[in-house]
Amino acid sequence: MPSILPAGKAAPEFRLNVTPDQKLSLSELRGKPVILAFYPADWSPVCGDQMALYNEVLSEFQKHGAELIGISVDGVWCHEAFAKDRRLHFPLAADFEPKGAVAKAYGAYRPGEGVSERALFVIDRNGTIVWSYLSPVAINPGADGILQALENLAK
Amino acid sequence: MSALSIPVSAEDHIQGNPTAECTLVEYGDYQCPFCGQAYPIVKKLQKRLGKRLSFVFRNFPLTQLHPWAEPAAEVAEFAAANGKFWQMHDLLFENQAHFSNALFVELSEDLDLLPSQLQTAVSEGTYRPRVRADFSGGVRSGVNGTPTFFINGHRHDGSFDLDSLSEAIDQILSQRTHAKR
Repeated sequence: MPSILPAGKAAPEFRLNVTPDQKLSLSELRGKPVILAFYPADWSPVCGDQMALYNEVLSEFQKHGAELIGISVDGVWCHEAFAKDRRLHFPLAADFEPKGAVAKAYGAYRPGEGVSERALFVIDRNGTIVWSYLSPVAINPGADGILQALENLAK
Repeated sequence: MSALSIPVSAEDHIQGNPTAECTLVEYGDYQCPFCGQAYPIVKKLQKRLGKRLSFVFRNFPLTQLHPWAEPAAEVAEFAAANGKFWQMHDLLFENQAHFSNALFVELSEDLDLLPSQLQTAVSEGTYRPRVRADFSGGVRSGVNGTPTFFINGHRHDGSFDLDSLSEAIDQILSQRTHAKR
C-alpha cells in the first residue's frame, strides 16, 4: 500500500493530454480549487462507476469554483471513447507516457497491477494539497469527502 | 465517510414498521438495471424479516447515464403526493425496460391518478426539488452509485445480493437482541 501525498504538501506539477491534441497543466488551473481523481481504469461497471457519479455531482463542485480532472493510465483514445460513452463533462487526463508517472509523483500508483490507486486530492488556489484520500481499490469513494474539503476551503 | 447524513424522517417514503429494529435505506435510480435486480431482493428481505425491518427509498437518478431516471423519479413523487408512492415505485421497477411518457401516463391511469395532473407536474418540475434534495443528501452521505444501501445508517459496501444483505442485516439484528439481554 503506497502512502499518498498528504495535506500540506505542494501538488506536483504535471502536463498531460486530455484530448488527442490538447494538453492540460495543473499550473494552468492556479487560482481555482482543483479536484484530482485518480482511478484504476476506464470502463469499470456502469452504475457503480466513480466518474459517472462525479459527472452528476459536477454542478455541486462548480458551485465552489472547482475544476475536476479524472486521471488514469489509459491512453487518450480510450479516454475519449469512455468520456463519450458516459457523457462525461470534465477532462480525463492520460497518465500514459511515461506510464503512471503522475500517479507515482502523488504516491498513488500500484506497481503490481500497473494502474493508479483510487485516490482523491483537493488542491487549493495556490497549488497546495488540502485534502487527500486513498480508497480501497474496489470501493468507489463517493463525493462526500471532496465536498467537505471544498467547504472547508471556503471557510 | 459512508454514514447516512440525513436521518430517516416523516419526509421519507417508509415501507413496513417505522419503529423496526433495522432500517434499510436504498438510494436508487428507476432506470438502473442493478436497482432493477435489487428490487425483488428487497421484497424477499421484507417478507422474511416482517416487522423487524423497515425500508426507505430515496431518489438518486444518474441522469447522464439514464435519460428516463429523473422523469421516472418525478412520476413516483407525483404518485406519492397522491398517497400511491409504493405502488408506483413497484410499477416503475417492473417496467423499467420500457420507459416512455406514454408508459408513465398508462401507469398513472392504472393507479387512478389523473394523467393531466401528471403532465403538469412533470412539465413544471413540481417534484424536481424533492428529487434533487434526495440526490444531494445522498452525495453527502457517500452514495457512490446505484443502488447504494444503508443499514441502520451505515453504508453497505458489500454486494447487494440476497445473502450479502441478509447477512449484514442479521448481524445488526443479533447485536440488537444481545444488547437487550
